[in-house]
Amino acid sequence: MRNAYFVLAALAVAVVTFAVARLIDNAYVFFAGYVVLQYIVLATAWNILGGFTGYVNFGTAAFFALGAYTTVVLHKTMPFLPLPAMMLVGGVVSGLIGLGMGYLTLRLRGTFFSIATLAMAVVAQTLITNWNFVGGSRGAYIIRPSDSPIFSGDYIQYLFVVMLALSVISVSLARAIQFSRLGFGFSAIRDDEGAAEASGVPTLKLKLIATALSGGLMGMAGAPLPYYVTYLDPASGFSLSYAVNTIAMPLIGGTATWLGPVIGAILLGTLQQVATVTISSALSLLLVGVLLVTFVIAAPKGIVGWFKK
Amino acid sequence: MAASLSITGLDAGYGAVRILHDVSLSVHEGETVALLGTNGNGKSTLMKCIMGMVKPTAGSIAATIDGVRHELVGLSTEEIVDLGIAIVPEGRRLFPRLTVTENLLMGAFRKAARPAIDKNLAFCFEVFPRLAERRKQLAGSMSGGEQQMLALGRALMSAPRLLLIDEPSVGLAPLLVARTIDKIKELKESFQLAVLMAEQNFTQAVRIANRGYVIVHGHIEFEGGSVAELSNNELIRKFYMGDV
Repeated sequence: MRNAYFVLAALAVAVVTFAVARLIDNAYVFFAGYVVLQYIVLATAWNILGGFTGYVNFGTAAFFALGAYTTVVLHKTMPFLPLPAMMLVGGVVSGLIGLGMGYLTLRLRGTFFSIATLAMAVVAQTLITNWNFVGGSRGAYIIRPSDSPIFSGDYIQYLFVVMLALSVISVSLARAIQFSRLGFGFSAIRDDEGAAEASGVPTLKLKLIATALSGGLMGMAGAPLPYYVTYLDPASGFSLSYAVNTIAMPLIGGTATWLGPVIGAILLGTLQQVATVTISSALSLLLVGVLLVTFVIAAPKGIVGWFKK
Repeated sequence: MAASLSITGLDAGYGAVRILHDVSLSVHEGETVALLGTNGNGKSTLMKCIMGMVKPTAGSIAATIDGVRHELVGLSTEEIVDLGIAIVPEGRRLFPRLTVTENLLMGAFRKAARPAIDKNLAFCFEVFPRLAERRKQLAGSMSGGEQQMLALGRALMSAPRLLLIDEPSVGLAPLLVARTIDKIKELKESFQLAVLMAEQNFTQAVRIANRGYVIVHGHIEFEGGSVAELSNNELIRKFYMGDV
């Protein structure tokens, strides 16, 4: 029941956000807002595995880009599919990749798991680069429809709304997990996996649920990307900055709760957008670095941890 | 209310390294059995085999619970916990960032343990009043003795019939070791448990053990049917009493 109230509250926040964005009536607000929302989804998804379960995933870009490339394939083969359906397929593809990766790598712990995820991202990028159907290294052009299919407005407003809805879904999901038996099992794995196993926690099953959910949400976040950028190439889809940002955001916000990644993503995402416009786009990654170092030293438990003290 | 354990011809190891050779051992109903041996002789490996966390290469581990015999080799750890077997791991292995209550609840993670969760939690707080006082404290911030109590409590939360205790004395001051051992005896009686306890501290272990085995280099070298037999054994004298 508490979950239902939370979803309602989150929906209300989403509606207000969209209304305010409409009032400002500037396409840039939607373009910038989309990126921040996308990072809320990515950071929340990363935190389900990285924060709750303690397995640091460096392969965010792979799950994200595979979702995006699923859309490229669907756009070429079934252009009539609505975007939410494509996102669902993208989520299933990345979720299955997550499940497979989990099965192959979850016997590795700590740093070894992280390196395996990084390697997986490189392998996935190489495969996509050599797949002509989706444009190979040349990249793929996607023509964005000009108007929103469900309300009067530009298509970017539609993309914004879709990402807003996905943010509500992923944050509500993460919060529900945090307070459930599943989340309880995740924290046991994070604290001491061997002891969790000895207590009868089905560790492999739980870890597979975490990798599949986390990967699936990342894929869903990536699915609208081709329509947003209109030109997608492997180097930008698999960019390491996705991996770096999605790790930095929960760390800055705090990894122990659902709220941390949201705060981190809004803070860092907005700051990067502002820096990109006012100073330079190269500076935005520098900002991540500086903030990360600051927080690791000053508030290792993130903003949420800082206030809980 | 009866549980017993019977291990025969067990071989196990990690990769190419053989740890246990032809280990046979039994714990009868209502008994406390001590598994004695110094570091690196295979005590913990044997415990892990019973819990299904290390897969034996040969031999059998059978648990008889309420007259039903279960072969444990091949079962997953969750299934073994479901049967009513619990372990207090070496070095306590608590969840440091969870609270005392959360640690206890984690011991009842299995579906089978959930109906009795309130009763068992109340019981844990009754036998360990210190845990009740600190129920909201993070487990990692407690003293070693309190942590050992919590580890015992967590294992009891699944309402086990057979309790494995791996080195309860590790890292504890001598006075706390004695208290822990007394507590184990008390728990064993009130829960009517069968207990297999791996321990280096011979003098403490035999205070509550009915029988004991001495394990050397992964093989049971001596089986003592009573505390007196154990005390007079030359291996024991060699390892623990300083006789050469």
